[in-house]
Amino acid sequence: MKTLSAILASVTLATALSGLGRPVFADDTIKIGDINSYSGLPAFTEPYRKGWQLALDEVNASGGINGKKLEVVSKDDGGKPADAVTAANELVANDGVVMLVGTFFSNIGLAVSDFANQKKTFFLASEPLTDAITWSKGNRYTFRLRPPNYVQAAMLAEEAAKLPAKKWATIAPNYEYGQSAVAVFKKLLSAKRPDIEWVGEQWPPQGKIDAGAVVAAIAETQPDAILNVTFGPDLVKLVREGNTRGLFKDRAVVSFLTGEPEYLDPLKDETPEGWIVTGYPWDAVTIPEHAAFLKAYQAKYNDYPRLGSVVGYATLKSAAAILAKAKSTDSEKLVDAAEGIRIDTPFGKIIFRKADHQSTLGTFVGKTVLKNGKGALTDVSYRDGAKYLPPESEVSALRPQN
Amino acid sequence: MAFVFNQFVTGLASASSLFLAACGLSIIFGVSRIVNFSHGAFYMLGAYIAFTLSQYLSGAVGFWSAIVLASVFAAALGAAVEITLLRRIYGAHELLQLLLTFGVTLVVEDAVVLIWGPSDLLGPRAPGLKGALNLFGQPFPTYDLLLIALGPLTLIAIQLLLRRTHWGVLVRAATQDREMIAALGVNQKWLFTSVFAIGIFLAAFGGALELPREAVSHTMDLQIITEVLVVVVIGGLGNVLGTFLAAVIVSELNAFGILIFPKISLVLVFLIMALVLVVRPWGLLGQPEAASRTASGLQVMRWSPLSPRGRLLAAVVIAAAALMPLVGGNYSLTVATEVLIFMLFAASLHLLVGAGGLVSFGHAAYFGLGAYGAALALKHFGMATSLVAGPLAGFAGALLFGWFCVRLSGVYFAMLTLAFAQILWSVAFQWTEVTGGDNGLIGIWPSAWAASAAHFYWLTLVLVVIGIALLRVILFSPFGYALRALRDNELRAEAIGLSRHRIQWIAFTVAGAFAALAGALHAFLKGSVFPDDLGIPLSIDALAMVLLGGAGTVSGGVIGAALYKTLSIWVVSETDYSKLAIGLLIIVLVSAFPQGVLGALAAWRGRRAAEHGKGVSP
Repeated sequence: MKTLSAILASVTLATALSGLGRPVFADDTIKIGDINSYSGLPAFTEPYRKGWQLALDEVNASGGINGKKLEVVSKDDGGKPADAVTAANELVANDGVVMLVGTFFSNIGLAVSDFANQKKTFFLASEPLTDAITWSKGNRYTFRLRPPNYVQAAMLAEEAAKLPAKKWATIAPNYEYGQSAVAVFKKLLSAKRPDIEWVGEQWPPQGKIDAGAVVAAIAETQPDAILNVTFGPDLVKLVREGNTRGLFKDRAVVSFLTGEPEYLDPLKDETPEGWIVTGYPWDAVTIPEHAAFLKAYQAKYNDYPRLGSVVGYATLKSAAAILAKAKSTDSEKLVDAAEGIRIDTPFGKIIFRKADHQSTLGTFVGKTVLKNGKGALTDVSYRDGAKYLPPESEVSALRPQN
Repeated sequence: MAFVFNQFVTGLASASSLFLAACGLSIIFGVSRIVNFSHGAFYMLGAYIAFTLSQYLSGAVGFWSAIVLASVFAAALGAAVEITLLRRIYGAHELLQLLLTFGVTLVVEDAVVLIWGPSDLLGPRAPGLKGALNLFGQPFPTYDLLLIALGPLTLIAIQLLLRRTHWGVLVRAATQDREMIAALGVNQKWLFTSVFAIGIFLAAFGGALELPREAVSHTMDLQIITEVLVVVVIGGLGNVLGTFLAAVIVSELNAFGILIFPKISLVLVFLIMALVLVVRPWGLLGQPEAASRTASGLQVMRWSPLSPRGRLLAAVVIAAAALMPLVGGNYSLTVATEVLIFMLFAASLHLLVGAGGLVSFGHAAYFGLGAYGAALALKHFGMATSLVAGPLAGFAGALLFGWFCVRLSGVYFAMLTLAFAQILWSVAFQWTEVTGGDNGLIGIWPSAWAASAAHFYWLTLVLVVIGIALLRVILFSPFGYALRALRDNELRAEAIGLSRHRIQWIAFTVAGAFAALAGALHAFLKGSVFPDDLGIPLSIDALAMVLLGGAGTVSGGVIGAALYKTLSIWVVSETDYSKLAIGLLIIVLVSAFPQGVLGALAAWRGRRAAEHGKGVSP
């Protein structure tokens, strides 16, 4: 019996791992490793995949990277940081990728960025929003595409300061993203409008909001305006309860991310009107580069792009541009090439700042409105991330000093 | 005053909705003693099916028929699952059924994305109940009022069913004493199937009723399952009235709690459960489980230490493992390291589950304590000290929590371990200054001498081999025999003077310490620690490893971990639908090998030896 178990143990380990062998490198292709929560958040990551696949086709159609074909090896991280690190390991050690891109959740982004720092691999974080990735836990090898919490909070605070509202209440999911969004928004808004009073706050657990109780608790504090940071199914519950209980009547509402199609579309004809949101009005973008992207995306997929599509597309285009400029696959050269590089994206030109490796990609701010029984954005304008990021001279103090 | 009343009524609506979701589980558990992990999955299925039906059936009649039809359909599916899968393993260890339902949950989670797509779906509002009523000057949704009425109505209906029908008598008898009712000639199979079907009907009904309140999403099952389990346990397993009371208490405390501590929602249910179980070990209205008449059917064969041949082979295997860095690349080495770590983790859980008969749903708490302990120690000390600090933290935690946990037994013990694990999790999640919150701690890398994949692999191999060897020594020591005696027949063991509380407490602490060592190594392997390392999914994974290997065998934990971890790493790397694949794998393995892989092999060997007329040598 014990011998049997001993044999079984060795056989299991041996057979399972013999197949994993040693890495194989090909000379005529350049491989990029992509990690994302494909199983955990398909509503965002499926459009994200379509976005980078479109970009990949375009890059290879126009000659690849200095003549070499670009290839993407994509792995799912199952929504867990530990599995994301395993995936990163496999990509780097086994599949021979020259850089890592992707991730969605902030904690996964941080885990992979730390891994990249340890293994000295270039990592372009596409979606994670936590400020820590480029500031308090930033490192040399990590770059980030999407505008962080700070920038989105700054954009919304700018609009919020124009409102007459004096008493504000906040509703945010109880984890780092929600906590930092509220903290930064409060700081920036109070700086612009010292007369503002913060009368109430609610912190429902992410994914488990007890909407009735939260709405009633907030209504009791009688705010003039509300900041909402919840998204996804929590947002839907909040909107339904809030609408029925009249929470949003005669109140201004400022909301993070609600204008993104992934979160706006499910609301359909119950979309609350007049909310000031960040988002992506895919059918009303007037930026010239966007038209070409929209046409190509719709032609290839017969579907409209989501914000994830733009993120995936821009991520791959950035990676390709960095590889082309560096003329090498060495991580140090990639980092040097990426600092200060200018990239064309569907939202216009962006720069990856040298001081904190954060891109100046911005987002749209507008007001929600109902159009043909669906949610849409009006009064919408693109805000350049560069305008809202702290100046490069200040950010080095925010990064780890070593 | 008006506000307090309004908040109270709001809490009642949440209570009703929670009760409707949970009552089915209470009934299922009461009769068949199955902790039905798939309850949340069927809740979610009910909502999805109701959504689809509501797109075709309109009007008031259409809406309500959609809800009822969806529940019936889900119940039929549940009955099918019960007949084809669960029935095969009723004779096996109770946990196998839990594992099977866990496999079903995984399959359903990916299946709904495949069938209905990834986006959240918003169903229609209930016709005629879209607005709000003015209650004491505050608008109150009319649909919520309907829910408040439906809760007690369902409770009354269930009580009538249980007390006034013949079927109800059988169900209550089965809840009290399952073996006796079988002895009296009741067809257990149909009783269990009908109970399961009714329970699933109620779950799906609860899910479908949520259609006007929230979006149908593929994470609905995870959102509800822990709340449902907790509410059922607080109320007392098998007692539907208890479930109702518990739902009311939990929802009201939440509705008023968030007025004082807005962040309390994260941990409230678990605090309540821990409190209730410490004071009333069988829940508010629960009864102590009927004493088992037979000795636990857990043992498949005699356990004995390695024979000299066995030791030689073990040495060969370890030597082969030590030579792996000469043939394997970096990636295979890190995978092997991870598998080794989980082998130790599962072996520590096996001490509790296999040897002690104590099923823990919260073993990851000690894994996580080890990881956080090591990570926090690294800030001031080096790696070697951290690798000692981690297990010490796990030891301390297990010492503290173990004392409370071992006062209970059976599922209540399991749920209390879960409660403590979740409380630890929410502390780690919220105490951002120390633990980094959900952003975790990063930069936990080994010292230079152990930094390369090969060196860290050797370090892990040495520590894991020592750990597993020590666990085996403990297993075959007088203490280990005492532990097994308590598992097999508690009454007799106590009669000869073994102190159950003391021995099981020691076992719990030892298991916790070894789990923490695994956790500390894991922190250094991944370079980071997150609250996930304390989370329920990890606890369930560990349980799956022990059960798949065979809880009734000595090396079940170790082999199960090697098998499960290797397979799951490979599956996640190959496909986005890893949950579907792993779920199917679990279902197949559990149905094919109810005694675990190792148990089945041993039984096969035993049969062969018997055929050849030899004695069985384990």
